[in-house]
Amino acid sequence: MTAELERAGNASSLHASGRRARRVVEESRERVAASLGVRPSDVVFTSGGTESDNLAIKGLYWAGRDRPDSRTALAVSAVEHHAVLDPTQWLIDHEGAAVCFLRVDETGRLDLDGLRECIAEHESLLGLVSIMWANNEVGAINPIAEIAEIVRSRGVLLHSDAVQAVGWVDVDASLVDALTISGHKVGGPHGVGALVIGRDVTPTPLLHGGGQERDVRSGTLDTPAIAGFAAALEAAVSTQVERAKEVSALRDDLVARVLELVPDAVLNGPDDTADRLPGNAHFTFPGCEGDALLMLLDAAGVECSTGSACQAGVPQPSHVLLAMGADDAMARGSLRFSLGHTSTSSDVDELIDNLGPSVERARRAGLTSIPTAV
Amino acid sequence: MRVLAALSGGVDSAVAAARAVDAGHDVVAVHLALSRNPSSHRTGARGCCTLEDSRDARRVADALGIPFYIWDLSERFKAEVIDNFVNEYAQGHTPNPCIRCNESIKFSAVLDRAVALAFDAVCTGHYARLVDREGTRELHRAVDPTKDQSYVLAVLDQEQLTRSLFPLGDSLKVDIRREARERGLLVAEKPESFDVCFISDGDTAGWLTSQLGARPGEVRDVTTGEVVGAHEGAYAFTVGQRRGLGLSRSSAGGEPRYVVGVDTASNTVLVGLSHMLDVDEITTLAPRWCGATPVGEFEALAQIRAHGEALACTVLPAMESIRVSLSDPVRGVALGQSLVVYDDTRVMGTGTIGSTRSGRSSSARELSSPASATSA
Repeated sequence: MTAELERAGNASSLHASGRRARRVVEESRERVAASLGVRPSDVVFTSGGTESDNLAIKGLYWAGRDRPDSRTALAVSAVEHHAVLDPTQWLIDHEGAAVCFLRVDETGRLDLDGLRECIAEHESLLGLVSIMWANNEVGAINPIAEIAEIVRSRGVLLHSDAVQAVGWVDVDASLVDALTISGHKVGGPHGVGALVIGRDVTPTPLLHGGGQERDVRSGTLDTPAIAGFAAALEAAVSTQVERAKEVSALRDDLVARVLELVPDAVLNGPDDTADRLPGNAHFTFPGCEGDALLMLLDAAGVECSTGSACQAGVPQPSHVLLAMGADDAMARGSLRFSLGHTSTSSDVDELIDNLGPSVERARRAGLTSIPTAV
Repeated sequence: MRVLAALSGGVDSAVAAARAVDAGHDVVAVHLALSRNPSSHRTGARGCCTLEDSRDARRVADALGIPFYIWDLSERFKAEVIDNFVNEYAQGHTPNPCIRCNESIKFSAVLDRAVALAFDAVCTGHYARLVDREGTRELHRAVDPTKDQSYVLAVLDQEQLTRSLFPLGDSLKVDIRREARERGLLVAEKPESFDVCFISDGDTAGWLTSQLGARPGEVRDVTTGEVVGAHEGAYAFTVGQRRGLGLSRSSAGGEPRYVVGVDTASNTVLVGLSHMLDVDEITTLAPRWCGATPVGEFEALAQIRAHGEALACTVLPAMESIRVSLSDPVRGVALGQSLVVYDDTRVMGTGTIGSTRSGRSSSARELSSPASATSA
């Protein structure tokens, strides 16, 4: 990627530097395809996960609506990333789409009966189902193979946001019709990603223009970013098994020590570690506000997060936890520790050293935050 | 000291935080999110609550090299400031939401949480001075008379004052802007904020109507008892108001008439001549004194509205009230506003105005004052 940063050249131009850039893009496309077990022509480069999700949701909804048998219903899980939920809400508000927000169980995994009920209810109107491969907050991994069987056997398209999953668990892209991946989540650059989508499926474009990517996505391609993305994805997928094993072990150690230190802490998400992303540990600390705890740990040099960052950084109770059945207080008292391949056992030690006093202090601060009666 | 600096996104709180950093304190910045659904940009002269303000606050913290967080106090702000504002207006009072916010949000919810999180003080961009004398912390007027905010801080008790930091009290506003420019803070030229921060277009009457709905009633001449007009909601009227009354008949002498009171029981707006607005005695509800309750009458100064004048008066403190006799009558005192008693520049105590009387000034008859129509 750094080599590409020093070169000029528009991959759509016909001159020498353009041809060279084009070659880098196409080689990158082949590397991405090989890493995911799909054909190079299935890979549509985008500006990242959000664009890929929007292209899948809105683009496939519009394409389905415009079919002769107009499909005007779609289904998404209630715990999707906002990049899926918000375009879905937009389709409801502006296009009158009929939508099922599919329920999840208390661990954050999709309730398959809910999916079956939605399909039965909307029958031939349902054109698209979108279920994330793994949840970004509580790390729950969905049974995509089973979901695919239920959805695709009815002639309904299946999209999956695999931004969090790829590089950490096996992602078989052939199970779905469309798959979202992003550069920075696999250790590559920000601002680049892809929608993996078979040639037989054509979403209505969001961005019209030069038609650079299969006429589905226009815009001059960012050659260095794409090269970096492909290299990072290849590295992440090829080292997945050993990295996942290492990080899981570290995570299991973190979880055990947190629960020992704070016995009433609740581990959110699936109990079976096979159903949870290796680097994810998500807790509720009863009586604490997550953002107070975050502030205290941040001051001590431990970085963690509450929910997912959103507009203006105003902490909202997590829609994921609420959908899993948590109440507002439980949702506000939650905190996520994410581990990656650069995390070490001394990071876990540092967290454990600081967590006790921080939880104690956050509990005291939490008491003062209860609104007084007026 | 570990200091929590509240950054609104405006120039004052930015310079206050910068000065706290310069003073060698360990400073952490917070921006208070007070609106559940903030609009993205500032429209008109508003002091807070937009995403743009939150971004400006974050950039100030970046420039100062201090950590920055956002605290969501929107629910509490709604419950304790906005709902209170609406309820007070519904009762014919004229509340000051900034005082309420200082009292129950900034120096209560925020301060309590800061203390629990091991901070020693909360720093804000208010213009007021803190003076430590004989083991007591006194609140004084700011050096800049045009910016002085001691009036809206007078509700703070000793405990709160000892945990407050107001680094701007000794400065003039023009110097604060210059200092912000010199420090390279991007908010240096940001316009002043006025009005009520949660009423985006500044149309308080229109906003109240949207909250309370139309409540039509009569407008009566307080002298003759005649119905002289109709209104869509008494809450939209403030004592002393002359415009927008839409009276169908002029007064006997053709003189202009003003709102002199609101009778909430009958939902009637009372209008009368200007001299009926004159008030020379004001009594507050539950007083708060800085330090021990004074004993016996004394001469002092009273301020009855934000940015109002200091009025010479005689103060009679009691357990349940402060009674103030003004040396010269004032016009248009609204119930629900705060009265603050000053000894020169020092805040002595405060209370919410519960009733007013006009003795000497109403020559024609002993007019029942606007206050008697509304006070319980």
